[in-house]
Amino acid sequence: METLITILAGVLVTVAVYLLLSRNLIRVILGTAILSHAVHLLIMTMGGLKKGSVPLLGEHAEKYTDALPQALILTAIVISFAVTAFLLVLAYRTYKETGSDDLDTLRGFKNE
Amino acid sequence: MTITLVIFIPFLAAILVPFIYKRVPNRNIGWFILCVPLALFIVLLRFIPAVSSGETYIHTIPWIPSAGINFTTHLDGLSMIFGLLITGVGSLVILYSIYYLSARESLGNFYVYLLMFMGSMLGVIFSDNLMVLYVFWELTSISSFLLIAFWYHRKKSRYGAQKSLLITVSGGVAMFAGFIMLHILTGTFSVQEIIKSIGDYTDSGLFLFAMILVLLGAFTKSAQFPFHIWLPDAMEAPTPVSAYLHSATMVKAGIYLVARFTPVFGGEAVWFYSVTCVGIFTLFWGSLNAVRQTDLKALLAYSTISQLGLIMSLFGLGSAALNEGYSADSVIYTQATFAALFHLINHSTFKGALFMVVGIIDHELGTRDIRRLGGLMSLMPVTFTIALIGSFSMAGLPPFNGFLSKEMFFESIVNARSLGIFEMGTWGNLFPIIAWVASVLTFVYCMIIVFKTFLGEHQPARLDRKAHEGPRGMLLAPMILAFFVVAIFFFPNIVGKYLLSPAMEAVYPPFKGAQGLVPQITVWHGFKPALLMTIGVIVVGALLYVFLRFWKGIFTIEPMRWSLDSLYNKFLVQTEKGSSYLTSFYMTGYLRDYLLYIFTFFIITIGGGLLLTNGFSFDMSGDAPITINEYIIVFVMMGAGIAILFAKSRITAILLNGVLGYSIAIFFVVFRAPDLALTQIIVETVTTSLFLLCFHFLPEWKKEKSSLPAKAVNGIIAILVGTVVTVLALSVQGHKLFTSISIYFEDADELTGGKNIVNTILGDFRAFDTMLEVVVLFIAGIGVYTLVKLKAGMEGPDVEDE
Repeated sequence: METLITILAGVLVTVAVYLLLSRNLIRVILGTAILSHAVHLLIMTMGGLKKGSVPLLGEHAEKYTDALPQALILTAIVISFAVTAFLLVLAYRTYKETGSDDLDTLRGFKNE
Repeated sequence: MTITLVIFIPFLAAILVPFIYKRVPNRNIGWFILCVPLALFIVLLRFIPAVSSGETYIHTIPWIPSAGINFTTHLDGLSMIFGLLITGVGSLVILYSIYYLSARESLGNFYVYLLMFMGSMLGVIFSDNLMVLYVFWELTSISSFLLIAFWYHRKKSRYGAQKSLLITVSGGVAMFAGFIMLHILTGTFSVQEIIKSIGDYTDSGLFLFAMILVLLGAFTKSAQFPFHIWLPDAMEAPTPVSAYLHSATMVKAGIYLVARFTPVFGGEAVWFYSVTCVGIFTLFWGSLNAVRQTDLKALLAYSTISQLGLIMSLFGLGSAALNEGYSADSVIYTQATFAALFHLINHSTFKGALFMVVGIIDHELGTRDIRRLGGLMSLMPVTFTIALIGSFSMAGLPPFNGFLSKEMFFESIVNARSLGIFEMGTWGNLFPIIAWVASVLTFVYCMIIVFKTFLGEHQPARLDRKAHEGPRGMLLAPMILAFFVVAIFFFPNIVGKYLLSPAMEAVYPPFKGAQGLVPQITVWHGFKPALLMTIGVIVVGALLYVFLRFWKGIFTIEPMRWSLDSLYNKFLVQTEKGSSYLTSFYMTGYLRDYLLYIFTFFIITIGGGLLLTNGFSFDMSGDAPITINEYIIVFVMMGAGIAILFAKSRITAILLNGVLGYSIAIFFVVFRAPDLALTQIIVETVTTSLFLLCFHFLPEWKKEKSSLPAKAVNGIIAILVGTVVTVLALSVQGHKLFTSISIYFEDADELTGGKNIVNTILGDFRAFDTMLEVVVLFIAGIGVYTLVKLKAGMEGPDVEDE
């Protein structure tokens, strides 16, 4: 299971990097979103998968899954949401100001 | 303790200046400032009896004891001389500047810089710890930069300031490296301890490098050839600053450094030769160039360079005495150092006075060009007298203090011929010759100062203002200095006993209390070579001055026109060009390029590191079993991910991203993470709707216009990054080096009273982290709000402003 999920994360990273390298602003933002998906899966995998019960102490299980990666991911999900939201609005604003969403034409002025 | 305060009082005063300046926004603020150096001067004077009887004061405040860095102040004879110069000349300069600067200048800034300089200069000379010394050393460079650029609206001021900063700071950094080497050798940063223990390390390879690097620092600061080029340009500073920093104190920091390190490096042939030869050549070069100047201040700048070279060479000659240790023969070489210290004091008095005189002329007549001056003797009698005293002292004529030290200089340099060490040979004869030629030239330019300015024909037509004597307050400071010029001639042994003898003991710790270390200074030595040399200087110098216009032509010969300045300028332009070329080469402004650098770096370091260390090891034995449902979800996700790359419309892409997000939520359920699953579902929903909302305002995405090779590069990089990540993650899982700390959280119930471990981690164990996360969200929210609400077009003009 761990190996499989790691490979899945690797595939998602590949997709994300390819999107990040493209010229379209929306693609880049999408790339960051997918990258955070991949990272969340990876962190989860690092803690070991399905190695115990849900980390709720009331369950009185013998063994609990590693709760630390879960807490970290929870933070990461929220932060990545904030980043995505901010980037989207930035893209919106950029397009409104310059009329372009192509990063090559957005390069700025030659004689800056 | 007092000495520590002495260093900090100028800084404290500098902080107070803006407040006083608000109350007293005119030139009277100078009177407040004047109290500071005057008080410090008196404090230092009170130490003289104790110091001259051989006492030294060390006081330590621990700063970073673990790194050997302590705020240690050390007062001995050597630092005493410099301390008195800094505070004494400082008082006079401030007194002078009260009348020199008009109330329209930003006086507040001026005095803040000046006090800052004073404090850092005192720091340099009183610090025993090399690191602290270095900090103060660079602070003097910075305050000098600020003072040179005081009239920053002038292009030349900015140029001079930049030049001095570049040269002195690069020398300072070299010196810093030398200090670190000394620390590596001896294990201490304290100068006094280094002096005690350095004898064991002289054979080390680092010793020589440390010596050369420290010398670089000293030579750049003291404007020795070929680093002297910054000093003439530094003359763009207001004249009080030139008198203070660029002749009396800061440029002598390098000399102080050489003197301070003579017990460490002295006695080595390299030290002896580099200090002496550089000094002698600077003496010659400075005096030669001074003769050709037409601007009085530039003339004084070159003469300062030349005089600094003189003092430097004397310290070089004096260091020879440490080669053999104390004996009746070697003690004679210490006389060079004695002459150096004596001339150091004398130079500050007469050169300070001369600078102030030039300042008065500039202030009253609006020019310092000797071609436009002349015949001022009857119009400015007091100024003339001071200039006469200063110049004749510099030329080495009696009855002025310069005569005494010049005689001693000749004597030491003649003595050096008989130096048995370091294979002197014929070189020993060259020293007196160069020194003598340089002294002749010195005589010539001293005569130029006096006669071209004050005698000859008065040319009122070529002056902007009518010539008249300067204000009394302005004359007071140079008069005091001129008084010392004469007084020291008549009572030289007071200076010798109270100031020079403790300083000699500081430079020659092994000779402490030795016979003949502190000679009697006498005016009349009998017909010795030194006196004959002086007479020769006067005769030949006078002849050369009279026939100046016949031989001035040599300055137009080709080699004389080569200047280090143009070399420096070329170097500066080339460096600027080169760095801007280099920067624009890789800083393209394209996001793709930057990301490519990052990813390539990642692949090379992490992937390469894995390859080199052979860190792969896959261990899948601990893997959990996989059910058929999970296989399906994984393949759906992979398919969705890859499909995004080929999505024709953005709606497809964003929906596929949704597929990924919700599948992950399912996985969170499978992986026993209910909280994550809930959060993921909510966030994914909001994100997707946000995307869709934004699409309303954004254009449909077009097909990527990138060329095929570019796409191929992107693809290769993407695949490589993916592979490295996968391999790295798999290898990490194979190597669990530490046990997980998660056991700790399973006591959550007892520790926090919460049963949901994830919640307790977020809310209790890592509550700070969560709080800051909220702050991040808050900031992002503000950003979003601002970007949406910002009125479009407000930035319009900027965009069009191409």
